[in-house]
Amino acid sequence: MIGYTIRRLIVALIVTIGIAAITFAILHFLEPSPASVVLGTKARPATIAAWNKQHGYDRPEVVQFWSYLKQLSHFDFGYSYKLNQSVNSLFAENAGRTAYLSGASLVLSLLIAIPLGIYQAVKRNSVADYSLSALNLTLYSMPSFFLGIILIQFFALDWHILPPEVSSNVTTTWGAITHPEQMALPILTLTFITVASFSRYMRSSALDNLAQDYIRLARAKGLSERAVLFRHLLRNASLPMITLVGLSIPSLLAGNLLIEYLFNYPGLGLLFYNALGTSDYNILLAYTILGGMLTVVGNLIADIAITAADPRIRLS
Amino acid sequence: MSDPGIREAVEGLVTPESTLAPIVPPEGGDVRVVSSGWKLALSEFAQNKLALVAVFVIVLFILFSFLGPVVHHTNQTVFNPLQTDLAPGAGHPLGTDQHGFDELGQLMKGGQTALEIGFFASVIATVIGTLFGAVAGLIGGLVDGLMMRFVDVLLSIPILFIVLIVATKYNGTIWTLSLILGLFTWLVPARLVRGEVLTLRVRDFVSAARVMGAGKPRLVFRHLIPNALSVVIVNITFQVADSILLLAYLGFLGFGLSYPSTSWGDMLGNAQQNVSSGYWWLVYPVGACLVLVVLASNVIGDALRDAVDVRLRRR
Repeated sequence: MIGYTIRRLIVALIVTIGIAAITFAILHFLEPSPASVVLGTKARPATIAAWNKQHGYDRPEVVQFWSYLKQLSHFDFGYSYKLNQSVNSLFAENAGRTAYLSGASLVLSLLIAIPLGIYQAVKRNSVADYSLSALNLTLYSMPSFFLGIILIQFFALDWHILPPEVSSNVTTTWGAITHPEQMALPILTLTFITVASFSRYMRSSALDNLAQDYIRLARAKGLSERAVLFRHLLRNASLPMITLVGLSIPSLLAGNLLIEYLFNYPGLGLLFYNALGTSDYNILLAYTILGGMLTVVGNLIADIAITAADPRIRLS
Repeated sequence: MSDPGIREAVEGLVTPESTLAPIVPPEGGDVRVVSSGWKLALSEFAQNKLALVAVFVIVLFILFSFLGPVVHHTNQTVFNPLQTDLAPGAGHPLGTDQHGFDELGQLMKGGQTALEIGFFASVIATVIGTLFGAVAGLIGGLVDGLMMRFVDVLLSIPILFIVLIVATKYNGTIWTLSLILGLFTWLVPARLVRGEVLTLRVRDFVSAARVMGAGKPRLVFRHLIPNALSVVIVNITFQVADSILLLAYLGFLGFGLSYPSTSWGDMLGNAQQNVSSGYWWLVYPVGACLVLVVLASNVIGDALRDAVDVRLRRR
C-alpha cells in the first residue's frame, strides 16, 4: 500500500511536469512574451527587447521552462504584471471562495444523487424512474449557464426570493459562508448540473448491486427493506462514486468558471476569465496547471480512498 | 428463390431439392445464416422509439438551420437600431435582438454554426484519435506507454481552460473553432480505439493477415480500424454533443464566432444581460434549441451504444 502510494505520487509528479510543459508550450506558442501586454501596443521594439531581457523572456524556451519549473517546485506561480501582484497572493485571496462554491455543491450533489440513484434503481422502469431519468438527461445536456439563467429568472426576477448575482459585499470566504442567500443560486446551479451526471452512475451502480446475492440474503433473513437499502445497498452502491468524484474534477472546475462568471462571484474562475481578456500570462498558466494538478491529486486520493473503503480492491 | 410465386411455379416442373438428398447439417451443430452485425445493430436501433425521435429532432434542426433561411428571409448583416429588442409579432415571429436582427433568423444561423462546428470538430477529433489509438495499440511496448502517458497528461488539463486560452488568440470562424475544438478533444477516441486494438490485435484474423505479409499500415487501415469502427461511431455522437456544448461555453464567455457569424452560445451570452429587462424571447428559444440538439445527440449515442452491444453479444 505504501509502496503503491509512493509509486503513484512519483507518476503524479511526472504527469504534473508534463501538464506544465504542455501548457507552457501552448502559451509560448501563442504569445512568446507578455511584453506587448505590459508595455502597450505602442511600445518601441527596443523597449520590448529591454523588458524581455530584464524579465528573462529573451532566453531559449527550454531554459525559461526550466526556471519556471524551479519556481513551481517552491510553489511560486510567478507574477501578474497586469494586476501587479504575485499570482500566489491572488490565488490565496480567491481560492477559498472557489473551494467553498465547488465544495458545497459537490457535497450537496452527492447528498442528492446517492439517494436519488437508489430510489430510481428500486423503482426501476416505473413512471417516477422514467421521468427522473428524462430530467437527468435534460439537465446533463444543458449548459450550466442556461440553467443558471433560468434559475435567476424564477428565483430572483419573478419571485424576488434570492439575489440575481452575488453582491459585491461578499469579499471574503467567511462572508460567502455567512451569506447563504447570496450563495444559494450559484451553489444550486452547480449542484443540479453535477447531480445530473452523478445520479446516472449511481442508478446503474445501485441496479448492479440490487441483483447480487448479498441483497437477496439480506432480504431472505428477514431484514426490513429499509435496513436492506440503507445498511447494505447504500454503502456498496456508493463505492463507484469515490472514483467518479475524482474523475469529475475537470468538469467541476469548468462549471465553476462559468458559474462564477454568470453570478459575478469573485473566485479563481473569474480571475482566470479576466486574465483571458487582458492576456495575463502567468495567471492563465498557473490556473491551468493548478487545475491539472488538482485532477491528478484528486484521482490519486480517490484511488487510495477506494481501497480504504473497499478492502476487496487490492492495488498493485 | 425468395418469391413464393416463383417457387410454386417451379415446383410442378422440377423435383424439389429436398426430396433428392436430405440436407445434413454440418457437424458441430446448427448453422444458420446470421445477418451481418451492422444489420442487427441497425434493427435494434430502429426498435428504440426514443432514439428515432432523437434522429427526427436532429434532421429537423438540419432542415431548420439550412433550409429555414430560404423560406424565412431576414436581414442578418446590417444593424437596425430602430428595431432593437422588439417583442415577437408580425414579421418577427420570435422578435428581434439588441442589434435589430430577426431572432428566428439568428437561431437558424446559430444552428448552422453549431451543427457545422459540432460535425467538423468531432470528425477532426475522431480521425486524429483513431489513428493515434490504433498506432499506439498496434506498436505496443514503450512507444504505446509513452503515447498513452501523453494522452493521460492532456486529459488531466481541464479542456475548457486550454480551449479558452487558444480561442482568445484567434479570430472566431467556423474553421478555427472546429480546429481548436477538434485538436483538444481527440483524447477519448484515442483511448477507446487503443483499447479495442489491444483486444483485436491478438485475434486470429490479425495474425492471419500478418502471416500473409500485411504491413503495419495495411493492418491498421484494413483490419484494425474497420473492426474498431463500432466504438468510434458510438463515440462520434457523444463527441458532437460535447463539441456543441463547448462551443456554447466559448460563445457565452464571449470568445465564440465573430460578427457576422453567430452561435447559440454567443446569443445566450448577449441575452444574459437582458434577462432582467424581461426579453424572454432572446433567452428561452435559443436555450431550448441548444438543449434539444445536445439532448438528441446524447440519446442517439446511448441508443447506438446499446445497439452495438447487442451486435457484439450476438456475434
